Amino acid sequence: MNAALLPSHLIGAAPAEKDFLLAVESLTVSFDGFKAVNDVSFYVDPNEIRVIIGPNGAGKTTVLDLICGRTKASSGSIKYKGQELTKLSESAIVQAGVGRKFQTPSIYDDLTVFENLEISYPRGRSVFGALTFKRDGQVRDRIEEVANMIFLKDQLLERAEFLSHGQKQWLEIGMLLIQDPELLMLDEPVAGMSVGERIKTAELLNQIIVGRSVLVIEHDMKFVEDIAHRVTVLHQGKVLSEGSMERVKNDPKVIEVYLGH
Amino acid sequence: MTRAPSSTVHDNPFMKPMEWISLALLVAVIFLVLPMLLDAFRLNLVGKYLTYSFVALGLVICWGFGGILSLGQGVFFGLGGYLMAMYLKLEASSVENTKIQSTPGIPDFMDWNQITELPWFWKPFTSLPFTLLAVIVVPAFFAFVIGTAMFRRRVGGTYFAIITQAIAAILTILIVGQQGYTGGINGITDLRTLHGWDIRTDRAHNILYFVNGGLLVACILFAQYVKRSKLGRILVAMRDKEDRVRFSGYQVASFKTFAFCLAAVFAAIGGAMFTLQVGFMSPSFVGIVPSIEMVIYAAVGGRLSLFGAVWGTLLVNWAKTTFSESFPELWLFGLGGLFILVVLAFPNGLAGIYRTYVEPRLTRRVKALEPAPAVALPHAAE
Repeated sequence: MNAALLPSHLIGAAPAEKDFLLAVESLTVSFDGFKAVNDVSFYVDPNEIRVIIGPNGAGKTTVLDLICGRTKASSGSIKYKGQELTKLSESAIVQAGVGRKFQTPSIYDDLTVFENLEISYPRGRSVFGALTFKRDGQVRDRIEEVANMIFLKDQLLERAEFLSHGQKQWLEIGMLLIQDPELLMLDEPVAGMSVGERIKTAELLNQIIVGRSVLVIEHDMKFVEDIAHRVTVLHQGKVLSEGSMERVKNDPKVIEVYLGH
Repeated sequence: MTRAPSSTVHDNPFMKPMEWISLALLVAVIFLVLPMLLDAFRLNLVGKYLTYSFVALGLVICWGFGGILSLGQGVFFGLGGYLMAMYLKLEASSVENTKIQSTPGIPDFMDWNQITELPWFWKPFTSLPFTLLAVIVVPAFFAFVIGTAMFRRRVGGTYFAIITQAIAAILTILIVGQQGYTGGINGITDLRTLHGWDIRTDRAHNILYFVNGGLLVACILFAQYVKRSKLGRILVAMRDKEDRVRFSGYQVASFKTFAFCLAAVFAAIGGAMFTLQVGFMSPSFVGIVPSIEMVIYAAVGGRLSLFGAVWGTLLVNWAKTTFSESFPELWLFGLGGLFILVVLAFPNGLAGIYRTYVEPRLTRRVKALEPAPAVALPHAAE
C-alpha cells in the first residue's frame, strides 16, 4: 500500500518534507457537515505532472480551491516548499509561487490578448505599482515569448472575447506561465477542445514542465495517459488510489467506482 | 505572405486622437461657447451642473470601469460641500457680523440652538489651507474606511450599493438631527466671502465657473491617467473576472478601495465647488435621491466614458431645468423614465450611441478622404 494513503500520524515523522514541492496532509473540509474533502494526503515532487481524476463530486476542484486559498480548510495542512498555505491569503499564495487555472476559461474579455498577459506579469501588483507600471522591453519580450508558446503570437492585439474556446484555454495557461509559478494547477485544461488542440496542449504542458510541477484535473483518459507522471484517484472526498496510470488503471477499486462505468 | 514583423506593442498613448478631440470639444464648449452664449444667471447654473459632473466622473472610474455601483456618492459630495461651507460660514460669522447674537462670533444657527461655544471640530475650519486639505482628505478617509470594511469582507454588487445608500440616508438624518452643529434641514446658508473675496457677485460667479471648468479638466486628465495605466486595466479585469485577478496575485480589495476613494475625492471637489458657486450647502444634496440622480447622469452620458459622463450631467440638468420650469411636478417621472430608457435601450449611454452609430461613419469618412496612403504603401514596401 502506498504510504501517501496512510494518515500522516501513522507514518510518524513526516516523510522528509524538503523533497516535496507540495505536501498535502490529512486535508479535510466540510460544508455544513458534508465532508467534500475527507482526510486527503498526497505529495507532489518537483518537475512532476500529477493528474487528479475521479468521478463528478469526488472533490477534485475543491482540493485545488483549498490549495490556492479560495476555500479554507477545516483541518489538515498544505505545505508548499515547507510553507504552510492554509494560513495565507490568496494573493500571498500566488506570490509564493502557486498558479491556478479555472475550469471555464477565465480571461478578461474586454482586454486584448496582450493586456491579458500583461496583467499577470509579476510586477506592479500593488495599487501604486499598477498606477506607475511601465510597459518596457522586458515585459514586451516576455509576453511575446509566452504568446509564442501558447500559439497566440498573431492574436496579441485582438480582444480576448474573439478567441476560440481552445485559444481562451491557452491564453489562461499563458497568463499563468507569465506568473512563472513553481506549482501550476490546471482544472480541466482540455475540456471542450478539439483533438488537434488537445495534442497541442499536451505538447505545451510537456514544454512548460521544466522547472515546475503541474497539478492537473482531467477527465479525458487519453490525455491523462499522455501527460501524467503519476495519478491520484479521488472518490467521495477520499484518496482511492495513487500511482502510475498503468497501476491505477488496474486497481480493482478504481475499476469498480470509476473506470468500470 | 511572409510572417508579420515581430509585433511591437507600445505603451498606450496618453490619449487616442479621438480622445484629444473630445477633450478639445469639451474645453471649447465650457470655456468659449457657453460663456459667450449665456447670461450671468444661466452661466452660473451651468457652473452648478459642472460641479455635479465631478461626481459622474468619479462614478465612471468606480462603477463603469471597476463595476462598483455606489448609490451614496451624495455623501462625498455633501462632505466636500459641508467642509467648504464650514470655512465660509466661520468667515461670515465674525464677531462684527454677529454682534446681535447672544454669543457673537459663532454661526447664527448655533446661536439659535443655544450653543454658546464653537464646537471643537469646527475650530480648525478658520484656516483655508486646512479646509482645502480636509475637502480632499476627509472624504478619502471616509471612503477608505467604508471601502476597506466592505471589500475585505467581499461585500460587493447589490449589497454594496444598498449599504452606500443606507449611509447616505444615515448621514442625512444625522445632519438634519444635529441642527446646532450642522445647520439642520436648512443647511449652511448666508455664505459671503472666501478669504475676504465676495463670492456673491456676478463677477465672482463667473470666475468660479472658470475655476470649476479648470478643475474638471484637471480631474478628467487624472482620470485618463488612471484609465490608461495598468490599474485602469485591472479595474476592467476585476469587473469581468474578479477571481482571475485575485489569483493573479492582486489584492482585489485594495484596488476596489482605490477606485471608491478616487470617486469620493472627485465628488468632494465637486461638492466644495458647489458650495462656492451656489453659495450654500444643505442636506438635500447628500441623501438618497441626489445620490441616485448622480448615477443617472453617469448612466445617461455613458458609464464607460469620462467625457460622456460630463455631457450626460450637463444634458440631464439642462433638461431638468427646462422641464421643471414648465412642468415642475412631472420632472421626476421624466427623470425616472429617462433612466429606464437608457438602461434598457442604450446601456452605454450617449457615449455608447456615439461609438456604435457615429464613430464608424466618421472613421469611414476619414478613410474615404485619404485613400492615397493605402495605395502608396505597397509601393513603398517594394
